[in-house]
Formats: sequence, structure tokens, C-alpha cells
Amino acid sequence: MRELLRKPIWPLAALLLLNLAVTPSFFAVHVQDGRLYGSLVDILHNGAPLAITALGMTLVIATRGIDLSVGAVVSIAGAVTCTWIASSPDPASPGAAIAGIGLALGLAVALGAWNGFLVARLGIQPIIATLVLMTAGRGLAQLITDGQIVTVNNATYSGISGSALLTVPVTVLVAAAVYALVALVTRRTALGTLVEAVGINPEASRLAGVRSRTIVWTVYVFAALCAAVAGLMISANVHAADANNAGLWLELDAILAVVIGGTSLAGGRYSIAGTLLGALTIQTLTTTIYSVGIPPEVSLVFKAVVVILVFLAQAPKVRALLARGRRPAGPQPPPPAAPVPGGPVTDVPVEKTGSSR
Amino acid sequence: MAGSRPLVEMTGISVAFGPVQALEGVDLRLYPGEVHALMGENGAGKSTLIKALTGVHPVDAGQITVQGEPVAFSGPAAAQAAGISTVYQEVNLCPNLSVAENLLLGREPRRAGRIDWRGARRRATEVLGRLHLDLDPSSPLDAHPIAQQQLVAIARAVEVDSRVLVLDEPTSSLDASEVEELFRVVRGLRDDGVAILFVSHFIEQVYEISDRMTVLRNGSRVGEYRTAEISRVQLVSAMVGRELEVLERLDRAPAAPADETESPVLRAVGIGRKGAVEPVDLVVRPGEVVGLAGLLGSGRTELARLLFGADRADHGEIAVDGRVVRIRNPRTAIDAGIAFSSEDRKAGGVVGDLTVRDNIVLAMQASRGWMRRIPGRKQDELARRWIELLDIRPADPDALLRNLSGGNQQKVLLARWLITQPRLLILDEPTRGIDVGAKAQIQALVAEQAGQGTAVVFISAELDEVVRLSDRVLVLRDRKPVAELAGEDVDMDRVMGLIATGGEAGA
Repeated sequence: MRELLRKPIWPLAALLLLNLAVTPSFFAVHVQDGRLYGSLVDILHNGAPLAITALGMTLVIATRGIDLSVGAVVSIAGAVTCTWIASSPDPASPGAAIAGIGLALGLAVALGAWNGFLVARLGIQPIIATLVLMTAGRGLAQLITDGQIVTVNNATYSGISGSALLTVPVTVLVAAAVYALVALVTRRTALGTLVEAVGINPEASRLAGVRSRTIVWTVYVFAALCAAVAGLMISANVHAADANNAGLWLELDAILAVVIGGTSLAGGRYSIAGTLLGALTIQTLTTTIYSVGIPPEVSLVFKAVVVILVFLAQAPKVRALLARGRRPAGPQPPPPAAPVPGGPVTDVPVEKTGSSR
Repeated sequence: MAGSRPLVEMTGISVAFGPVQALEGVDLRLYPGEVHALMGENGAGKSTLIKALTGVHPVDAGQITVQGEPVAFSGPAAAQAAGISTVYQEVNLCPNLSVAENLLLGREPRRAGRIDWRGARRRATEVLGRLHLDLDPSSPLDAHPIAQQQLVAIARAVEVDSRVLVLDEPTSSLDASEVEELFRVVRGLRDDGVAILFVSHFIEQVYEISDRMTVLRNGSRVGEYRTAEISRVQLVSAMVGRELEVLERLDRAPAAPADETESPVLRAVGIGRKGAVEPVDLVVRPGEVVGLAGLLGSGRTELARLLFGADRADHGEIAVDGRVVRIRNPRTAIDAGIAFSSEDRKAGGVVGDLTVRDNIVLAMQASRGWMRRIPGRKQDELARRWIELLDIRPADPDALLRNLSGGNQQKVLLARWLITQPRLLILDEPTRGIDVGAKAQIQALVAEQAGQGTAVVFISAELDEVVRLSDRVLVLRDRKPVAELAGEDVDMDRVMGLIATGGEAGA
């Protein structure tokens, strides 16, 4: 919790307040048909796939890696499950849904293992290694769905996204459970420390006997698994698999969430709480674009401006500049604003997060 | 040569990093045409003082004057503009660019808005000529050995007509003849009237090159001396500020000669790797310290890495405690009871962004696997005990390792291995680049470990250290073992003779 407070919570707070100013009932939450409704609930519900994907991405980035293929895995997970359900003898049965989900998760493990093989075993640079699956994966998804949008009508499957437990949407519960699990596992075992050690100094870790390869392998498998869970949520939400558009550019949003959360792309120390905050910030931003009524043609520009502001405000040089400006008549004005750390990621995400609306 | 006014005068310099007082009221005077050595243990404040001088750190109190004028540098560029140039320990140049480009990077002569390459080459030739360096300005920098690159760094520093040249550990990766070459250049600059501040851990080199020295200890100045007027023993006690018992204790006779009949901890037969080291036989018994002596590139480090599996041997066999083990990677070596401290502390040991505690338990944790985390209380206990045992400073298990001085980092790395209670401890240059006090502590630790029955393989570029600590010494030369000395035969002259001649004239 203390960790969370040190993270940049103000962009999220500012966005929420902006919404409150425009829509006074923004914070209102009510129960209807045994499920919570309201804008805040929507943010959590719609943000769950991104939050889960970004969590896997956090661990990958902590080992000095990056995983560009998560968007493709999202699309594959939906495609496999929907195609399986649609072609089973009884497309409405819970059994078909469960088997399809199991198949998708199993395939995700295999895809993650493929990424891990390229990175950990063959030593290919992560950005290139995962680019392979980023490109090929979406093609694979289209092969599976035969280029069609596969729709299903299966209550068990839609339940992943549509149902609620004790009024809380299942998506939110699943995301919370995954975060809690990862926080617990990384803290209660030595995994967190060893992941960081590998990210900070791979050679020193190897010489200290750390199984770097296994650890790197594990995080890629975990990232793919997270992406598959996100893919199931997205696909279940629309009762369909859209191989072309599901999870499109999600990898960039996930990377952005990790960076906003304060984890360095150079690897090493990471923050799970920061990533959660980053994911919620991005989702709130997406929601704001609709709720404030920003015209679709400038929505990307609006998003980019907010992202740039967040990074500028976090840049040490800009902070120093602001701090100096507050003091009376400093000696010499420092050189003009510095390049923004995280700059490359600001020409961001393009598209609302998949079909999750 | 001296007698004139100081070119640079720093008075009452204080620098604090948060609650840590790094420097307190330190004075330093640099005279034109003099080499001034800055001496002190790691953590004494040498680096901080240099950074205060060159404008990297702002000073909290005190004054810096250059030729009598008070100055306040806003950064290294401002210091350089005032004629103060610095050459750091690691060569901070671009290996893929040419010598000329490196010399003039950022200040290339221009004509009509474009770089005047002909002028640049002419200027480079001129600067190299001034230092009597015979290098082709258009050759790529990485075509030259590290020593030459160091000289290019110096040439770059004096290209701007520096009046003050700061050399931070310039000799740490050079061999004897390269050091001579460097000193020739330094003397040339000195005779031109440049004031030179020289930082080194090699006491002999300091005596050879410097005219005057300032000794720091714990952030304060102990005193300023003329080199000719202070003995080595006086200097060392000024630096460590305590009687030299630690150093003397090491001069005791080496551990009892190992029992020949006792089964060896390590028996390596014909272990080697193409291009690294030719087949070597090596036996180390419990409680024995075996030194590997040889120059840089003789195969000493290569052999150590093969024994640990850091590189894979392509022939030979290793047995630990009589059992043949296949050492495929560091993990298999660790499982067999071997520990290895790499010569390259920064790349191969230090995990800088983790805490001292995490670093100390890293190897133990790694061998337990990530599932079985060492309980927090146990970690704290281990960290605290070893911090105290090895006198690691600051004594804070939560400090990030990168904030510790080199000597203290080394102690943390040793602690990392000692808590795993290895059967065989391989130490490659454990005392490189660290101060006298920490060095003595580490040497004592090696002797102590051997006393407790650990087998030790000890490597150091400093021969006297190898000779003093080792029961036996394996001499390597040109990637080949040339001789093994034991007992009475282990002495400096003999080892040096073997390294120099390979044994044809020796023994």
C-alpha cells in the first residue's frame, strides 16, 4: 500500500475528477439484477484484460525483455475457444466451453514457451523474438476462424465476462485474484528477487547459480497465459472471436501501463502496484474520451497529449525545472526541457481496447 | 618546479549525500608542473573530491580557486572550460570511431558548417605528436590495446590545453610496460607545466610518479606530504589510520603443509579449452591455498572459469572429493561445492540495484531454488552476521549494493559465497582495485577459510600477494602451465623468473 502511494496516482485522480466535473453522477454505483453498475465499475470491468496483460508484461520487462506478441495471443485465445465451441456437437453446453477454454490456455502455454525458447535458449533479442509471434499469431488466429468472425451462444462462456459474484463482475474478480496471486508468489517465494537479479545483471546472476534461463522462460509463459485470460474475457464479452481486431495494439497499451507504473524498460526493479495503477489510468483515459464526448477523430491526439503530460511530469529534469521555478530568482535558467524518458512509447496505442465495450 | 602559487586550491570542501558526510573540510592544492597523488582507502572520499573539483557534485561548503580566482563549476563542461580535464578509470570513448574522431569528438574543426576532416586529422596528428604517441589517427580506436586507448583518452583530455589533468586509476588495467608508457606521457605533460592529480591504489607507482601527495581518510584530510619525505609504512598507516597489525598478521607462516595422503577436494586432469588455456592438471587439498600466477592473458582467469563452468571445458575431467563431476555450467559447479568470485566485479558479481542483504543471500537462494525462499528472519540474521564479520560499511543490510565502495562490494560478494560453505573457493583477483585496509581483511579471510579446511584457488595480479598467501603456486604463461612450486620454493624471484622466461633459465 505504501508502495502504491509513491506511484503517480495524480493522473488517474485528475482524469476521474475531470469526469466528475462533466458528469456529476460519474461516481454513482448501483446494484441491478445482482450486479454492480456505474462508470467506475465499467472502468474496472473493461480494464481487466489490459490489467492482466500488463501484469504478465511487467515480469517480462523486469527480466530485460519485452513481449510484443500478447495482442496476437489474445486473438488466438478467443479464436480457439469460439471455434471449438461452435464446432462441438452441443455448442451451448458448459462442457464445450470448459474444453475450449482449457484448449486456449494450453495453447497459450505452448506459445509462451515458444517465445521463451527463442529468447532464453537461442538468445534472440526479445523484441525480435516476440515480433515473430506478433505477426504470425494473428495469421494463426485467422486460420483457426477461417477468416470469419465466429459467434457463439454459450451461457457458460459469456459468463466469464457477463456474470457477477456477490455483485462484483467476474472479470474484476479474476483480475484481482491474478494480481493477488502474483503479489503473493513473488513476495512469499524468491521469484521476485531472482527475476530482478536476472534483469539487473544477467551474467552475475548466472555466475551466482540462478537458473536465469528457467526464469526467463517462466515469465514468457506467464505473459502468454495472462494474455490468453484477457483474450477469453474480451471474446466472451462479445460472444464472438474477431481474429482481426481482438487485442489489436494491446501489447502497446500493456507496455505503456508498465512504464506509467514506474517500471524501467531497462529491466530490474518492477512494481506490480504501479502496473495496476498504469492500466487503470489508461482505461480511465479511454473511458474519459467517450464520456467527455471527445470527437473520435481527435481522440488519439487527446490520448497522446495526456500520455506526454504524464511522462513530462515524471521526468526528473522537468521536476527540477518546476521546483526551481517556484524558488525566487534562481541563478541561471537551466537548459530547455529534456527529452522525455519513455518517449518512444508515447506515439501510442491506437484503438480502444479491443471489443471490450 | 614548485614553489610557485598553487594552480588550483580547494579549501574547506564539504560534501554530504543525505545524512552521509562524504567530505568534511578538505583542502587540496595542485601546483603547476607537479604530479600530485590523492591517496586513501575506498570510501575515504577520493572520488567525491575529484567530482567536486570537476563540477560533477556541487560542494556544500568550502571554496575552489583556479589561479587565485574563486570558481563555482556548474558541471564537467564548465570545469573543462576552466582547463580542468578528467580521465576516468574506464575508458569513456567510442571504440568504433577512429582515433582522430575520438580525440576531437564534439569539438571537430568546422568549415562552412561542415566538419573539416583534413583539419581534424592534422590536429589529431599534432596532439598525438605532442605526447609522442605513434598511432594512426584514422585507425579505429578498438584496433588498439586498452593501454593505447587510455593514452588516447589522455590525449583527448589535454587537447583543449588543459592546465589541470585528473587521472582516476589510470593504471588499473595496464601491465608493467604499459604503465611505463603512460608515465612517460604523464612526465611529459608535467614538464609542460600541467598540474596532474593522480589517483591509484598501486603504492609503488605513486612513489614512482608523484611529487606530492594528499592523504584522505573517512572524508577528512590526514595531511599533505612530499613524496620523497614519507615512507611507505608512514603512508599506509596514514591511509588506514590504524597500526598495521592486520597486515603483519598475514606475514605469519602459511597454513600447515597439506597432508599428501589426504584426498584432494579438487582433482582436475587435462582440463582445457581451445583458444583459452591448454590442458592443465591441478590438485587442491583441504585447507590448501593454491595460487595461480601469471600475467594478464596467461590463462589464469580462463582456467578458473573452466573449473567453475563459467566457460565450458572442451576436454579434461574434474573430480570433487574423489567423485567425477561434469561441470557444464556454474550451477553444476555450485552443486558440487565450488564457489567462484569473478575478476570482473561489476559485470560478473555485483547486482547493484538489489540490497546488500539480497546480494549476500543470492547464491544460497539460487541453489535452494525460487520455491524455497530463505525466511526473512534468517536472511536478516545472515546479512547482519556477515556484515559484522567482514566489517562491511555501511553496516546496513537495506543499502543498495551499487552505493557501496568497491572494497565493500567485494566483501559482500565474498559473503555471498562463504555462506554457501563451499568445499572449493576460487577467487579471481578478489583484491583488485580496493584499498589497503579492505585488501588486508580479505587476505586474512582467505587464510582463515583455508584454516577451516576450505580448499582455495587464489588469483591475483599482485605477485607478492599470491606468494604470501599460497601453499603452492601454479605458474602459467602464454595459456600454458609452466611449473608448479611448493613449500620453500614459493618465492617472488622464482615465480617472476618463471613468468618471464617460462622456466628455461629458472629452477
